[in-house]
Amino acid sequence: MNNEFTLKLPAITQNEAFARSTVAAFCVELNPSLEQINDIKTAVSEAVTNCIVHAYRGRSDGQIEMRVCLENGGVAILIRDEGCGIADVEQAMQPFYTSMPEQERSGMGFTLMRTFMDDVQVESDPAKGTTVRMRKQIRTED
Amino acid sequence: MIVSITTKPNTVIAHLAGELDEHTAGEARKRLDLAIHMACVQNFVFDFGALTFMDSTGIGVLLGRYKSLRAKHMNIFIVNPSPHIDKILNMAGIYTIMQKISERGQNE
Repeated sequence: MNNEFTLKLPAITQNEAFARSTVAAFCVELNPSLEQINDIKTAVSEAVTNCIVHAYRGRSDGQIEMRVCLENGGVAILIRDEGCGIADVEQAMQPFYTSMPEQERSGMGFTLMRTFMDDVQVESDPAKGTTVRMRKQIRTED
Repeated sequence: MIVSITTKPNTVIAHLAGELDEHTAGEARKRLDLAIHMACVQNFVFDFGALTFMDSTGIGVLLGRYKSLRAKHMNIFIVNPSPHIDKILNMAGIYTIMQKISERGQNE
């Protein structure tokens, strides 16, 4: 049976550690290695930070929806916001690209997500917000 | 996130402990900037031995500090990154501008 949960949480930085730790704890059922757990935590942290810093910039009422599903020995993670969206997703995913060059941003968020997860899909609409879908295989014997 | 500063002859060491993300980056920046501002030495070391988590926000923090450290003509070193943090630092090219050394000061 697939195991899954959905969580909605305010888009504030205090919730970053909670979001990544919660996903990591949920994945323990798949018996991941420490490296796999750290990969997942980092990818979730990047996606959640994007919601807070970019999607809801200048707002304090934003909500982040997080759906996590354990299926076929892997984890599928959906992170969705209803913020300002990304006009050019391809550009946003380029290593070292940042829309906020005046701040100390590395522009490595999507690059880390892509490196640490097996698959990353980004869907964005400037009017509706952004949805990030990521998947990582944990067990190979399934 | 705790940043504590110790000194050795000609060297300032910033020990980072805990988790470095968007939530904790502000405090880390403040403490590191103060240490850099006060430093009148040749070498600045980031000790990541007690840093349990870092995401790309940490890369931004390091790149920002790099500018002020280079402006003071200091050599910059990194010691004790966990394998995961090491992977992120490598990926972002940090080791092309900051040198990873063992605690005894040898190149790694």
